[in-house]
Parts: sequence; structure tokens; C-alpha cells
Amino acid sequence: MQHILGNISILTAAPVLNLGLLIDGVLIGAIFALAAYGLALVWGVMNVKNLAQGDFIMLGGYITWSLGRHGIDPLFGVAIAPVLLAAFGYVVYRLIVCKVITRDLFTSLLATFGIAIVIQQSLNLVFGPDTQSADAHLPVWQVAGGMITLSAPRLVGFALAMLLAAAVILFMKNSRMGQAIRATAQDARAARVLGIDTEKVYAFTFCLNAAICGAAGALVALVWNVQPFLGTTYSIRLFVIVTAAGIGNLPGVIAAGFGMGVFEEFGGFLLGAEFQQALIVIMLLGVLAYRQWQYLRVRQAVQ
Amino acid sequence: MSEPIIELHDVSKAYGGVIANRAVSLTVERGSITGLIGPNGSGKTTLFNSIVGYHPINSGSIRFDGREISQLRVQEIARLGLLRTFQTTRIYGKMDCMHNMLISIPHRKARYFDMFARERPEVVERAEQLLAFVGLYEKRFLRAGSLSFGQQKLLEFAMALMNEPTVLLLDEPTAGINPTLINGLLDRLKRANAEFGITLFIIEHNMRVIMNTASKIYCMAHGELLAEGPPAEIQRDRRVIEAYLGEH
Amino acid sequence: MTLFVRRNLPFLLIFAMGAVAPFLFPDISNEIAVLWLMILFASTWDILGGQMGYNSLGNIFFFGAGMYICAVVQIGLYYDVGMYTSGARTTHIVFTNAQYFTGFALGTLAGGVGAAVLAVAAGFILFGLRGPYFAIGTLGLAIAAAELISSWEWVGAASGISMPVFPGAPETQKLFFYFLLFALAFVLLIFLRWLYSTNFGIALNAIRDDEEKAEAMGLHTRRYKRTAWAISAAFLGVSGAIFANMTGFIEPRDIAFPTTTFNLYMVVMVLLGGKGTLWGPVVGAVIFHTLKEVTWTYFLGWQYVALGLLIVVTIVYFQQGVVGWLMEKYPRRFLPRGTQQPDQRAIGLAPQPEGAE
Repeated sequence: MQHILGNISILTAAPVLNLGLLIDGVLIGAIFALAAYGLALVWGVMNVKNLAQGDFIMLGGYITWSLGRHGIDPLFGVAIAPVLLAAFGYVVYRLIVCKVITRDLFTSLLATFGIAIVIQQSLNLVFGPDTQSADAHLPVWQVAGGMITLSAPRLVGFALAMLLAAAVILFMKNSRMGQAIRATAQDARAARVLGIDTEKVYAFTFCLNAAICGAAGALVALVWNVQPFLGTTYSIRLFVIVTAAGIGNLPGVIAAGFGMGVFEEFGGFLLGAEFQQALIVIMLLGVLAYRQWQYLRVRQAVQ
Repeated sequence: MSEPIIELHDVSKAYGGVIANRAVSLTVERGSITGLIGPNGSGKTTLFNSIVGYHPINSGSIRFDGREISQLRVQEIARLGLLRTFQTTRIYGKMDCMHNMLISIPHRKARYFDMFARERPEVVERAEQLLAFVGLYEKRFLRAGSLSFGQQKLLEFAMALMNEPTVLLLDEPTAGINPTLINGLLDRLKRANAEFGITLFIIEHNMRVIMNTASKIYCMAHGELLAEGPPAEIQRDRRVIEAYLGEH
Repeated sequence: MTLFVRRNLPFLLIFAMGAVAPFLFPDISNEIAVLWLMILFASTWDILGGQMGYNSLGNIFFFGAGMYICAVVQIGLYYDVGMYTSGARTTHIVFTNAQYFTGFALGTLAGGVGAAVLAVAAGFILFGLRGPYFAIGTLGLAIAAAELISSWEWVGAASGISMPVFPGAPETQKLFFYFLLFALAFVLLIFLRWLYSTNFGIALNAIRDDEEKAEAMGLHTRRYKRTAWAISAAFLGVSGAIFANMTGFIEPRDIAFPTTTFNLYMVVMVLLGGKGTLWGPVVGAVIFHTLKEVTWTYFLGWQYVALGLLIVVTIVYFQQGVVGWLMEKYPRRFLPRGTQQPDQRAIGLAPQPEGAE
């Protein structure tokens, strides 16, 4: 408790530090927003709550890190990881997900949870339990008399995340497949009647989400770090974001993503890094409790 | 016999931008069979949902047996004796018919440790009698989910009777039933009303059914109450006929 | 007499086998003890998951809670807990036999009761959530517990607590805890058989099949949900207390709240054996535990990957489990006693009343 109060006093003593945390939070939040969008996409279109989202991200991160270890500039990971993840996503979809879409929601949840475990444990066996990060050899600047650290990787990560998000959104708005996806999300049966191949739409959506995770993972490896079991933390984090914002609410999801980033930066500073996972889980319970309170007012339960 | 058991005053309900019910006022007399008709989308099921507490209303008052119930939740209203059946016929699919009946006993006086009791023989006997009443006695140990649609409707009705309600709101009870069997269902509805004294408030699309069963009918259109009166008047009411033009 | 034997055959068999197993197979008596724990895990999970339709991914929370509550009581009765768990402990800790057993008895009781109370509290927060939200919420609960205990110095934080040492020879200790776990699991099964035959069982199934309908019929759904979880939690809490003393050491992430091992096993075992039946969880536990013990060492580090794959394969391809599959193949054998054979009704020997098709 004392060190928390100590940290608060540091923040009040040097307001510039708040700015630094805010900037960091926004930069990181962009990546969260991107990945949360993918999760919301799969959720909204196929009603599948992908508990393996964070582990897909870790996969992307490890691919990027491996590139670095083999002498290739890990920045290329942002292009390569999505491709590999999309292929992986397709295999997962065909073998597992397409069989559980029509069943009850716990089935799809448990299936993705099983996939999460397979990925986590495989990564642990192949790469070991140490935390890794990819170094793109980009500069880090000290600003405002050393109180704020602006790291080029984070700025690049932010820019790329925003670019990718914009690309995906434009795709969804303007391309035929994008429109097909949105139609299927609204009413799958109606979409089928209109001649849309919903099977293809589902497969494409899942692969798109996998690609988004791959890109996000690459950014995470460059900007932060990866570890085989970090995936669960990300999954919960993204779940909190999507639950707080509501699935159909795209701007809300992005805003919540940024909010999450800022919240975690401040929370991490005030409470210390060991509390990171605890903080996220408490947020999860908080968001669920809030949702429930909201529904209580309409005399129903959260479905 | 002519005091109201259900009174609605200016009940309004809106979803997002759509106004499903606008200032609806009506009364259902104790012991009567009252009908609610109207073209599709006129807000009938929404009104039922409001009455039983499925969602909050935006404004207005709903009284049951003199008591304001618009703030109560579904279970509380059900325990007061106001039950409804569903348009999509909901029963407990994986359990057999007998268990469906046994769990439908009234819970208004249930104390905590009643949860752990086994059902008394009188209750079992009553369940069997009600199943026989709807013609499902022979099928009582079959899984409810394996019954045909018409049989499930009858089971739902029997379960409602088992609950000893004061009022039963029936949402399209003859929908999807083979026309040759509708008479059987109607007969049972009337007997439930006459012998058990249950007030019935029925949403119906089948004009023959409702005109021959109800003593008073309300007609809704576009979320508002259009007309009310005994069947003979309603049948001749121009507004009602116009509302239905294009429907039938 | 034979009627009694026939009606209770499975229980008598289990009792007989369980009673002699540690003497017939002394080398693996610890593994068989864990088998009873697994049966308890599966059966308690099924109360909520299979019978009531609320799939919890965090039931391990009550196991760990019972464990820690017991430890605190067991130690706290005689020594200051904070001092006991601190690394800078200097006084030599000794428990007399009487102290150990009193502490253990009270601690176990406290663990069970405490876990039940926690279940009621958790129910307030989580029972408004349905389906996947409930699952994720419970998972969050278990993870939160692991994280929070890990940073709570008073109960040893991440280093855990060394339990008071069992006063007795290792052989006695093995048998003592074996029979405790066996007795607990056996009592649970008998209790569940009774519970499912009362109104409670029907109500749980009604909530599973259509909770909104149950509410619309006036059922006190919250009462049943809370009680079911409290029962589940009580047994889990007691088992946690026993397990803590059996292993002699407790620790938040891997022993008390192992979210990726025991916690998941619960779900897989029930799926394997058959949700919503009395014997399904037992069958599933036996198959899973035996399979795991036999094949674990052959997996050369890929055990958990295999576990993940097992989960996926079971949930996708074999969701009804062994007992569910049997019930589909041989429906006749599972009809309640005293009913006519369905064929006679279909042929029309009984007169068809009008109104039904």
C-alpha cells in the first residue's frame, strides 16, 4: 500500500510523467484496439468467442522474433506473420471451428480454449519459457529532460497499428467480401438467401482475424515482449475491451482499446508490474459486473 | 365476476426508436376469456411481455388484482398467479413429461427446505390427472423434447394449469396446430376457465377461434389500441376490418 | 436383501474396491487417492455444469480457498499465521498430536463452510451472467484468486505455506489420507444420488433446459443456483483441506488454484464420461485419470499439448461422453422402472385420447 501512495506522489510531483504514461498508453492501446477489433469481428459474425486470440498474437510475435534470430529484420514480421497466421487460421477453422459454430456457445468457447492450450504449450516446448522481444534496432529518444521516453518502436508500432486498422475498416466498407461479412453478421440466413456463401464468409473472417492477430503479435514482439503463457493475459484483456464496448460498436472498441492501454500504463506504474495480470482480471470481473448491473435494469440476464 | 383482475393504464414501450406500444389502456375481467387481436407487428406480444415483467415499460401502470406490478420481476409476478405461455412453446426438453409437470407446481409458498422434498403422492396424482386432461397420460415418461409440436403445446398448457394460476396469458395457443385438433384444445381452454376458474387473456390470429371463445376482444394496430368490445361488434367494426385488409 | 444389492450394486462395488485397493496396490495408493479426488472434482463440476447448465471454468477457486482457509485455521489456532509464513521465522514450530488433529478437523470444517460462503458471494456477482460470460467470469475468479494470494504476504504469498507435519509413519499417513479422500468421494456420490432424486434435481434440470421458462413459472431459480454452487463448493473446500495436508505444502499458482490443470480436468472428465448423469463424471474421471497416469511419461514434454488436443477432440466429436453415448445406443435400459415399453404405446394398444396426435 505504501509504495502505491509513493508512486501516486511521484505522479503528482512531476506532471510530465503523466503525459509520458498517457503517450505510452495510447501507443500500446493502438495494438490492443487492432486485436480487439479482430476478436469483435469473429464474435459478431460467427458468435465464436475466441479464447485463443491472445495465443494467436503470441504466435505472430514468436514468428517475428524468430525472423530476428535468423538475421532478417523483424520489421518484416509485420508482413510475414499475418500471412502465416492466416494459413494457420484456415487450418484451425476447417478442422475445428467450422464444426462448432452451430453448436452452443460453451462448445465454441471450450474448443478455442483447447486450441489456446495447444498453442501455449507448443510454444513453451519449442521456444522455452523465457520472455523474448524482437529488436528492430530503432532509436529511443529521451524528451522533456529525461522524464518521457519516446521509443521509435512504439511510434512505429502505433503508426502501423493505425494503418492496419484503417486498411481493415476500408476493406470491410468497400470490398464485396467486406460487405458480405457485414451482411452475414447481421443475419446469416438472410445472407444465404441472397446468395452469399456464408461458409466462405466464416472461413475468411476467421483467417482475417488470424492475420490481424499475426500483425498485432509482430508489433507486440517489437514493442513489448512475448512469452508462451502471456497469451491468456492478452485474451482476457481483449475480452474486457470488447465486452466493455459492445460488439457492434466499432468506435467504442477502438476507444476502449486505447483506454485499456492508458489504464494499464497507469496501473502498472502505480501498483507495480507483478500486479499486471491481477489488474486485468479484476477489470474483467468489473466489466462483467457492470454489464450485469446494466441488464438488471432491464430485468434480464447477460446472454 | 366483473371486477378487473388486470388493469393497464397508458402503457407505453419503445425499443430503440421503435414504439411498440403507445398508451395502451385495457382491463381484463376476473373469470373471463378476453381476446387480443391485431395484424402482425401491432405490438400484442410486446404488451404481454410487459405485463409479465419480461421487460420494463417506459410509462404507464399495470395492476394485477389491484396491485401495481410494473416494477416486479418475472418470477415475482408468476408467483402472484399471473402466468403466460410462449408463442414458441417452451418446455423442458431433456426431461420427461412427468418431471415437467412436477417442477411446475406453484412456488409461492415454497420454503427453503421444500427444495429437498420428494413430491407427495397427491401432487403426482394431480400431475397425472392434468396430463390425462390434455391427453398426454400415456406419454408421460417420454422426453418432452421428443413430443410433436402440438403435443408440446398441450404439455405447456398442462404445466400452466399445474401452477394453479389466477390468470393465464396465452400467446397464439392454436398456432401451428393441425386444424382438426383445434376443437380439442379450445374445449380444454373453456373447461379450464369454467371448472378451474382461470381467467384467460388470449392473443389469437385465428378469428373463428377467438370469436367463439372470448367474451370481450381488444384489437391493436401499430402499437395502439384500435377497438374493443364483444365479438359481434368487433367483427363488424370497420377499423378492425381495415386494419386486417391485406392480412387475411 | 437381493433387492437392496441390485439397486445399490454400483455403490457396493465401489465401496468394496475402494476399501481394499490401498492394500492390494500399496505402490500406487497415492495415485488411487488422487483418483477419488478426480471423481470428486468431476461430480462437483457436473452439479453446476451438467445438471444445471452453468459451465464453470473456475471451480478450482473453491478447492484452493478451502485449502488456504484450512491452513490458516490449522496454524492460526496455535501460532501467529503471519509469523509462521514469514521467511524470517526464528521460533521452532512444533504441533502436538492433539494440536495437529484438532487443527486439521477444525480446519477442514472451516474450509468447507468457508468455500460454501464464498460460493454464495460469487453467485451474487456471477449468476446474472449466462453461458460463455459465466464461464469466463469464473475463470477470471480463479485467476484473480491465484494472483491476489500470490501477493498476500500474510499467507506466504507466492512461496506458499508449509503445512504442519502429519504425526505418524509415512505408511499410516498414506492410508489416512487415502481413506479420507475415498470416504469424501463416496459420501458425495451417495449424497448426489439422493439429491438428484428430489425436487432439487428436477429444478436444476429445469434451469438447464430453459431458465427463462423456469422463472416464468415462478421457480426460485436463485435459491437453487446458490445452493447448488454452495454444495459443490463445500465438497471442493473440504477436499482442498485434505489435499493440503496430504501434500504437506500449498502454493497459490500450481497447487491451490491450478487453472490449467485440475481446473480443466474437471471439465474434460465430465465431457468424456457424460454430462448430467450421476455416473458419467465417475466414468469420465476413471478413464481420464487412468489414461493420464499411464501415458503421461510417454509424452516427453508434450503432455499438455495432448491435453489441449483431447479437450478439442472431445468437445467437437464426442460431446455426449461415454454414458451419453450409451444412453443413445440403448435407450430402453435407461427408462425409469415401472413404465410400459414404448412400442406398445406406438402400436396403439392403449386408446388414443382425442386432441393428441
